Amino acid sequence: MITTAGLTKRFGSLRAVDQVDLDVRAGDIYGFLGANGSGKTTTVRMLLGLVLATSGSIEVLGQPMPKAAGSVLPRLGALVEGPGAYGHLSGRANLLLHDASGNRSARGDRAGRARRVDEVLDEVGLGGVGRRPVRAYSLGMRQRLGLAAALLREPELLILDEPTNGLDPQGIGEIRRLLLKLHAAGTTIFLSSHLLAEVEQLCTRVGVLDRGRLIVQAELAELQEPTGRVVLRSPDAAAIASEFAGRLISRSGDELVLTAADAAELNTDLVRRGFRISELMLQRQSLEQTVLDMTGPSADRVDRP
Amino acid sequence: MIGIEVYKLFRRPRTWLTIALLDALPTVVAILLAATHLGPRPGTGPAFLSAVLSNGSLFAVAALAIVLPLFLPIAVAVIAGDAIAGEAQGGTLRYLLIRPVGRTRLLVAKLVASFAFVAVAVLVVAGTGFVVGRLLLGQQPLSAAVTSVSGSSLTPAQISWRVAISIGYVVLSMLSVAAIALFLSTLTDSPLTASLGALAVLVGSSVLLTLDAAHALQPYLPTRYWLSFIDLFRDPILWRNVERGVALQLVYVAVFLAAAWANFASKDVTT
Repeated sequence: MITTAGLTKRFGSLRAVDQVDLDVRAGDIYGFLGANGSGKTTTVRMLLGLVLATSGSIEVLGQPMPKAAGSVLPRLGALVEGPGAYGHLSGRANLLLHDASGNRSARGDRAGRARRVDEVLDEVGLGGVGRRPVRAYSLGMRQRLGLAAALLREPELLILDEPTNGLDPQGIGEIRRLLLKLHAAGTTIFLSSHLLAEVEQLCTRVGVLDRGRLIVQAELAELQEPTGRVVLRSPDAAAIASEFAGRLISRSGDELVLTAADAAELNTDLVRRGFRISELMLQRQSLEQTVLDMTGPSADRVDRP
Repeated sequence: MIGIEVYKLFRRPRTWLTIALLDALPTVVAILLAATHLGPRPGTGPAFLSAVLSNGSLFAVAALAIVLPLFLPIAVAVIAGDAIAGEAQGGTLRYLLIRPVGRTRLLVAKLVASFAFVAVAVLVVAGTGFVVGRLLLGQQPLSAAVTSVSGSSLTPAQISWRVAISIGYVVLSMLSVAAIALFLSTLTDSPLTASLGALAVLVGSSVLLTLDAAHALQPYLPTRYWLSFIDLFRDPILWRNVERGVALQLVYVAVFLAAAWANFASKDVTT
């Protein structure tokens, strides 16, 4: 769906994006992670032909960008760095205008297009907003409107840059459900975000960008592999700690971390010895820890040399 | 796309407010003239103001002469300067481009919309001037002969087509302002900067026109021939400056449109 090779963008002496080889496959929900200023937005803009790459190649939906922009862009929907709309018009008028601009041949009849506009407004939860001008929308409502615009043409590929920005927790949940529904219906989603939790809950594949370089690109499950340890809670923590001293990694209060190749086997062993276990869980690497381990300090932090 | 841009421009309340303000100044002048009958002495003050006291129909041309040096260029610079930079500032430019609307197509559509604004603004000012002049000032019958700037008299038919040509000439003069503002609009993301930049060019040009030392430059300054449409009301018509004015404005339009296209077609859109 999206393939880049050696994608580089220089602004003066700054390498905003450096030799990035993205590989987004059909059917992915691809989480494009990175701190603020790591080059996510510049990459997204290059994928869409807004910013021209210094070097490297981009293929979106199997065609080169920005050369084939005319045939690629109508097939995808995008939300780039916040929504954009004309403040003096209503959300519906904005969508109609947005729909009317662009390629004439890709449009249906007038009634069909108006119906589609109402449909996407319902889909993002703005169906009842009426004629209020966008000027009077909240940040979350604008975000929903931007998403509606991206969905307008039933795209095969959605490129979303921080789609839950400005939404409250209920809104975030709603948008997540909407994205999962679209994905189930066959839409590939490329989601750029700095919110690890959001990516962890939604994505199947992850790419991590750090100061312009793509340092990881893998299935989410691979990044969340078991660590070979088990976390358990027990009222008999002290006794267990002394009995399993050789396998003990750490103990705090009634919580213990033990090495164990097989959690079930450890559980049987403990129970057989008469220990009461209130909680037992395989320890997994968290995405957050993986990402923090691999990346440097925040890119918007600038220390003295 | 052209239709959509024109529709967008004329659906903005601001566009109509600008045109209304453009009409306000000539209307105020007409009211003052009608109330006081104190026209400037022939040869001084804005063109035609001494003539309109006896013939209100000429006020259409007088209204153009009143707004041409400052008001009209400001309005055109504001509208054309907003063309690309306004979309960039509002965050809508990126969504237009990924719709996708080709960059050249968008620029052409913005250009045509700005030109449509120029034409509508000039026509509305001339029309208002005519109506206000007929209502408030000298009410000679439309068939009466009019005294030309040279002193001989012109028939109503002669006057009509001369007025038509002068409206066309004023529109053309404003197109160069639109082209300059549009070019600046592709350079910056702030519509205010683009509009003020275009005005700075015009103010600079007007200042140099008053300076004897800049004599060699003067034939190439954008505002040099703006008021030459008055020559159309001489008898016989003095074509020399009008022709030069047309040629000069066309060169300005062509150069700045080419520059706007060259800049915008390869620009990184980062807003």
